[in-house]
Amino acid sequence: MIEVKELNVHIKGNHILKNVNVTLPEKQITCIIGPSGCGKSTLLRTLNRLIDTTEGVKLEGKVLVNGQDILSSDADVTDLRRKIGLVSQRPCPLPMSIFDNVAYGCRINKMFNKRRQLVYQVQKNLKAVGLYDEIRGRIRTPAARLSIGQQQRLCLARSLAVEPDYILADEATSALDPISAKTVEDLFVSLKEQYSIIMVTHTLRQALRIADHVVFMYLGEIIEQGPAEQVFHNPKEELTQKYLAGAFS
Amino acid sequence: MWIAMLIVFGFVISVIWTVFSKGMKAMSWDMISKLPGGGFYIGKEGGFLNAIVGSLYIVGASTVLGLIISIPVVFFLNVYLKRDSKLAYTARMAFDVLFGVPSIVYGAFGFTIMIYFGLRTSLLGGIIVITLLIIPIFIRTMDEATRNFPGDILDASFSLGATRWETLRVVLRQIAPGIATATLLSIGRAIGDAASVMFTAGYTDSIPTSLSQPAATLPLAVFFQLQSPIPEVVDRAYAAALVLTVIVLILSISSRFITNRFSKNKI
Ligand SMILES: Nc1ncnc2c1ncn2[C@@H]1O[C@H](COP(=O)(O)OP(=O)(O)OP(=O)(O)O)[C@@H](O)[C@H]1O
Ligand SMILES: [Mg+2]
Repeated sequence: MIEVKELNVHIKGNHILKNVNVTLPEKQITCIIGPSGCGKSTLLRTLNRLIDTTEGVKLEGKVLVNGQDILSSDADVTDLRRKIGLVSQRPCPLPMSIFDNVAYGCRINKMFNKRRQLVYQVQKNLKAVGLYDEIRGRIRTPAARLSIGQQQRLCLARSLAVEPDYILADEATSALDPISAKTVEDLFVSLKEQYSIIMVTHTLRQALRIADHVVFMYLGEIIEQGPAEQVFHNPKEELTQKYLAGAFS
Repeated sequence: MWIAMLIVFGFVISVIWTVFSKGMKAMSWDMISKLPGGGFYIGKEGGFLNAIVGSLYIVGASTVLGLIISIPVVFFLNVYLKRDSKLAYTARMAFDVLFGVPSIVYGAFGFTIMIYFGLRTSLLGGIIVITLLIIPIFIRTMDEATRNFPGDILDASFSLGATRWETLRVVLRQIAPGIATATLLSIGRAIGDAASVMFTAGYTDSIPTSLSQPAATLPLAVFFQLQSPIPEVVDRAYAAALVLTVIVLILSISSRFITNRFSKNKI
């Protein structure tokens, strides 16, 4: 379980996340929704401390992952990032082949001794995101030549391959056609047995279809959070009602 | 348009043909393995090993020095200064200007400095001037390769649990072709430039044994020996031109090759 307590994030003097308190349940799909620029990506990037690479960032508050504060200075950031994988909003293949992209994480984390196991892991995850058949015979070619939608799925496969506990997916289906998006959605649903999934989405219908838990953000603040059923059908806050109404009308 | 193309192609081919036909006739093992006997200008014996070795010394040392100086500058421009600061902009413009300065000006500049320090024409002088000459090329080409570096790659690598060291290797992989191209381009310019080494490295018949001795270079081997009234010496000039042309051709073809091969990784 991830508990965010009184988190404040400033970037270059701008107050981006304001007193955020969120609980993200385990083995469920949590959808973070909210208008563009409200701080969804920033929140995800804080959860695995990728935000450290941003310039001029100041963090306050606590993020407890299984009771451990990951914002404290003695947290093992490298290990944390392996356990909490982030699929970022813009797909970014590493400058290597498709195979190596997926194998990269397994290699640096020394997950397998035998090459056969590595190959299996790569194939399994490429299949899971529905990419394997599309790129058959091209697996050794540079990943940068894939289409954006394919790159997005590759990045997802790459994150899955290191077998994290949590998957943070930032608009993982934004560049996908409805059918590929459905593949990824189904994948997430099947993954929630083993993983905890936190995804940002702009497609409320998608959230409606697969979310167990929903967090609604607005201008850097958490407006409402709770089980999907309640937030979608019985929102307590007026802002949430308006946002949902606007999106569904 | 076609006529212009034909003129250009015809020109290129005739240059290469002249160099090759005259150079091949004069070429022999002695040419590249022996020092000139009896003075480079009048002696009929020997080859131009002095120029080959001199050029290698100068180009090798300047390339290493140039890299050592340019890499931190590129790093400073791209990481420390952040893309679009005023200082970075000014620095880039300055390097563009330096890039365009004719090499004779570098030669004159180096010469002035050497006089100021009381140095005579020497290997060291040549190395310094050639280093100055290629630094702008290094910086501009590497800067180009680094500037377009997608910062997202860092995020992607870190997100998979990579350490800084592992991530640095990915970064190097991304910019390595840029560095390689920069190096080859710089070597190409450094080895073929006559004007800048004329006053600074000088010319001799022997291979320099210390930094303070003058050094011969390939372009000057062509320049000086071509003026000689003695046919054997003129032959040496053509053979030197051939060696120079072949080296430059190899360099530019391999830089093309590297760019093509690795740009597949990016696009
Ligand atoms: N590195 C940065 N420097 C300055 N401001 C930043 C930086 N990163 C994010 N911000 C600002 O923080 C705010 C939240 O950004 P964030 O990317 O988290 O929004 P988002 O909710 O993910 O939006 P979208 O739905 O469009 O992806 C924005 O106003 C953005 O401009
Ligand atoms: Mg975002």
